Amino acid sequence: MRYTILCYHNEDITSAWTEEEDAEVIENLKAVNRKWARNFGPIVRLMPTSAATTLRKSENIVTDGPFAETKEQLLGFYVVDVENLDVALQIAREMADANPGGAYELRPIALSYPDGEAIEDAPTP
Amino acid sequence: MPQPPEPDWIETRLVGARPQAIAALLRYFRDLDLAEEAFQEACLRALGSWPKNGPPRDAAGWLIMVGRNAAIDHKRRQARLTALPDEAAISDREDAEAALVERLDAADYRDDILRLLFVCCHPDLPATQQIALALRIVSGLPVRRIAAAFLVGDRAMEQRITRAKARIARADIPFETPGPAERAERFAAVSAMIYLVFNEGYTDANPQGERAALCDEAIRLARLMLRLFPAEPEMMGLLALMLLQHSRRKARFDKTGAAILLEDQDRTLWNRGRIAEALAMIDKAMLHRQPGPYQIQAAIAALHARAERPEDTDWGGIDALYQALERHAPSPVVTLNRSVAIWKLHGPEAALEMIAPLAGPLDGYFYFHGVRGNLLERLGRKSEARDAFGRAIALANTPAEAAHIRKHLDRLEG
Repeated sequence: MRYTILCYHNEDITSAWTEEEDAEVIENLKAVNRKWARNFGPIVRLMPTSAATTLRKSENIVTDGPFAETKEQLLGFYVVDVENLDVALQIAREMADANPGGAYELRPIALSYPDGEAIEDAPTP
Repeated sequence: MPQPPEPDWIETRLVGARPQAIAALLRYFRDLDLAEEAFQEACLRALGSWPKNGPPRDAAGWLIMVGRNAAIDHKRRQARLTALPDEAAISDREDAEAALVERLDAADYRDDILRLLFVCCHPDLPATQQIALALRIVSGLPVRRIAAAFLVGDRAMEQRITRAKARIARADIPFETPGPAERAERFAAVSAMIYLVFNEGYTDANPQGERAALCDEAIRLARLMLRLFPAEPEMMGLLALMLLQHSRRKARFDKTGAAILLEDQDRTLWNRGRIAEALAMIDKAMLHRQPGPYQIQAAIAALHARAERPEDTDWGGIDALYQALERHAPSPVVTLNRSVAIWKLHGPEAALEMIAPLAGPLDGYFYFHGVRGNLLERLGRKSEARDAFGRAIALANTPAEAAHIRKHLDRLEG
């Protein structure tokens, strides 16, 4: 069985980490990552929610910030590689036509390791 | 309860919750000193309670509640020394707590934090006091570290902050919920103050120094503002601008501490993560189609960031953006900056002609003489170049700037 492990934390806290503290957390995670290397798929670190944009599908309304409602549940995600936010929104709108209701949150990816290889040479975010 | 494996996790949580907690306590007590004392007391109790009980789910809410109650108890104890306890005040305490919890919704604390930051950038305060106050009160940096950042003694900084607070106490702090026009005004003042904090750190040559940490702090404040007010394109622009400037931190100075010009920097040292986040912020801001000075400056910085080599720079685009900036925020400094694009596009003579009218207004400005000396040097007008660099060195604001100009002078001698 394949699982996604979705990471939640309070940004007030994570954004207060110094670069050194951030690096220490990543270092701790790497140890786990190395131990389970054979079991790892893609690893992604998202940018802060301040970089997010949300498309409400039925109303076709674009708002700044993350999807913050609690009535809906997270059901899946796509990773797209595009020139800019405009193109990403265009894709999202076409998907919204195919599957109306709910919302898409577009959040840029800060770091990604497609094959889950040990995050050895990670540049500091 | 098991503790999360985080570095100094209590300290980090207290720092993270601080702006929100102090802002709410300020609304409650309408007094900066009382708010700070209440927060301090709450932090002390957190240090006692959290290691045993684990962190509360809502750290800021916990600190606000505990801080508020501690301050009320303190007041009541003082009152008891002079008068009988006020039964009514005690009996409605539970209700007051319920009301406070209710008021802690997102809409409220957005304005709380905006107010707290706005109080720190009161127009009566000189820029250095605004920065010191924001770092002390909003960010919670110890006076010792702020003093180190400003290269003054602890006592002098303590006095400076005390004076700034006294000034604010005399002024009227606006506690009513702001209307759209006032909110926009506060927003502009707060943006300018955040950028001041950033620039204070940006001018420091030592990437490990106290001042460099101010850049991170300014970026944190801008991200915080955007989480509270997500649809403000100028705040997106400011965050992008600071991220782009900060992305070059490791490339901006040589080993001796002399400043390195953009075109001579080792671009592999630029922080790609910060650049990527900045480009994402600019994308978002552009969807609003409300350009402003921060967005335009960020767009200029982004064109530099996108160029892998200096010769790949889109100088035509940069020139167009500077023209837009001249329309939005006209100033001789903007024209001076644009002259660099004109130099790259049309040669040093055209640039020199362009900056000639700036000689009056920018006579006391380091960069004017630096740019002018550079252009004269390129044109082979050595003695004029030497004079210009001489003026620049006399006006240099930091040793890094002076060291950079000295290199030019050495080259002219050689």
